[in-house]
Amino acid sequence: MAGFLLRRLVNYVVLALVATFLAFTLASATFDPIGVLQQRNPPPPAASIEAKKRDLHLDQPIPQRFVTWMGGVVQGDFGRTITDRPITDELGRRIGVSLRLFLLGITIGILFGVLLGVVSAIRQYKFSDYFATLFSFILLSTPVFVLGTLLKMGAQGINDSIGTNVLIFVGETTPGFQGNWFEHLGDRLQHLIVPTLAIALGQIAYYSRYQRSSMLDVLGSDFLRTAQAKGLTRRKALFKHGLRTALIPMATLFAFGFGLLVVGGTFTERIFGWFGMGDWLVTGISAQDTNITATVTLFVAVCVLFSGWLADVLYAALDPRIRVN
Amino acid sequence: MTVILNEGDAAGTTGAASGGPVDAAPEPGKAMTRGRLVLIRFMRNKLALVGLLVIIGMYLMAFVGPLLSKWSYDTQDYTAFLEPPYSEHIFGTDKIGTDMFALTMRGLQKSLIIGLLVALISTTVAAIVGAAAGYFLGVADKALMWVVDLLLVLPSFLIIAILSPWFRGKSWFLLVLMLAAFQWMITARIVRGMTLTLKEREFVKAAKFMGQPARKIIAKHIVPNMASLLIIDATINVGSAVLAETGLSYFGFGVQSPDVSLGTLIGGNAESATTFPWLFLFPAGFLVVFVLAVNWVGDGLRDALDPTSTRVRRKEKKDTKEKAA
Repeated sequence: MAGFLLRRLVNYVVLALVATFLAFTLASATFDPIGVLQQRNPPPPAASIEAKKRDLHLDQPIPQRFVTWMGGVVQGDFGRTITDRPITDELGRRIGVSLRLFLLGITIGILFGVLLGVVSAIRQYKFSDYFATLFSFILLSTPVFVLGTLLKMGAQGINDSIGTNVLIFVGETTPGFQGNWFEHLGDRLQHLIVPTLAIALGQIAYYSRYQRSSMLDVLGSDFLRTAQAKGLTRRKALFKHGLRTALIPMATLFAFGFGLLVVGGTFTERIFGWFGMGDWLVTGISAQDTNITATVTLFVAVCVLFSGWLADVLYAALDPRIRVN
Repeated sequence: MTVILNEGDAAGTTGAASGGPVDAAPEPGKAMTRGRLVLIRFMRNKLALVGLLVIIGMYLMAFVGPLLSKWSYDTQDYTAFLEPPYSEHIFGTDKIGTDMFALTMRGLQKSLIIGLLVALISTTVAAIVGAAAGYFLGVADKALMWVVDLLLVLPSFLIIAILSPWFRGKSWFLLVLMLAAFQWMITARIVRGMTLTLKEREFVKAAKFMGQPARKIIAKHIVPNMASLLIIDATINVGSAVLAETGLSYFGFGVQSPDVSLGTLIGGNAESATTFPWLFLFPAGFLVVFVLAVNWVGDGLRDALDPTSTRVRRKEKKDTKEKAA
């Protein structure tokens, strides 16, 4: 068991390193920060361009630049942006903003997704099943950037009809907000509702489809009939024997889901004006900044790594066959 | 065995793609071919049928629609700025007086072409690489598995976004190639798995012992036997390619001006969605409806082509039960 988890962990760490190296190399090869500088009017003097090149290590070959950057990362220094600000200063705050959104979104998504899937499997071909199917089909066909904007329009409508700003959809907190911690919490919650919904709805749709089909497979199985035959109530049999078995194939999906979530989070953060990691990625690529791009990639890789590993732990916890081997 | 399968698949696709007549009653005494069975199953699925009509309608509309409208995307109506939809401009106008119908149709054209091309290319590549990896095993196989794992950590969205400065100002066809380059891996892995079982079958062994070269065996005996999977996959891929393209274009990492796609339209107008909703709702609506239709058709094809698919099996079981009762 410990060996299995350790093997998986090593595998993920190697993958994360390769992914970061790849992102760094691709970014270094395609980005042209000096070109952006040269287009300034009036053009900066040659000496300052040379100095900038040296600052950004552009005079070195790419693998060497990666080693320099990675050496800093190991010591907690993620390098500097093109505009010469240390990345590490901003990193913590941005990670906090993103994780708040992601963790809440994925928790709600998994919880309600699994619930919705189970319910529509148990009530197959009933009205609620058709409704859930239609709901998730429409949501799965709606990209986050459309869904987010629609939610924004909906929140605007609700605010207009109530007359006050209950649902706030710009930023993650009111700038210059005064009050005790409880009022602060309320303020953050007001900002959190709409963006979290934008993330969670897609996740609910995604997980509920898979949960439904895996639950349907379990519903027809012999062991469930046996459990009921030996005297368990249907509800108990379904949740103690059925749901647990149906969750096993889902564990692998949770890892995939996180990668999806990060991409979705990028759109959500941009739409709702949250300055998190996703927003930083778009800023970094638009400014052709290799260090920012590589830092965000590393963050994504670590997130996927962690959720993948968590999925493995979950897998082992749910499926005794894995623990024995 | 192979011959029947091939024939069935080919007939099934053409029938589905052109929406052939269903009411042609089967001639008495003629055996039911697989193609006919697939066609009947597909036609029984109302949602899939509606989806198919919507897709055909959208392709027609995108290419014929602009010819019927008196406004073109490159002319402005100086008497109508930011007008909501009315009889003259059925989708309204934007802030420089361009007709939104003409713009939306132009964006739809580009998005639909990109979706179709990406799906065709990526499914072809997936079939070839997956079959080759499964048939030859060895290095190609190992590399494939690694790349798929890597994509989990480094989503294709991220890679293409990083590479976007490189194809800025070049042809949109480069974007098609990039999207296709990152969409084939997961299918290739499924194809590889199927190849592993297929290559142990008698007809493949017979062909091998008769001296057929490997590439002929793959092209003539292995790939045609996976036709159902590939058709379903190509259909679903049209939808995901359109979603990937619009997502990238939303941030300006995909289709570049002067080209217009649904993604650039949605991205450009998302900010003003709460005040001028028609600028956003029409392109977004077309996108969602198209992807929804593609998903329904994909689902219908899966039910029709794949005899092990749960829905058909359950339905047919139900049908026979009802008949028995």
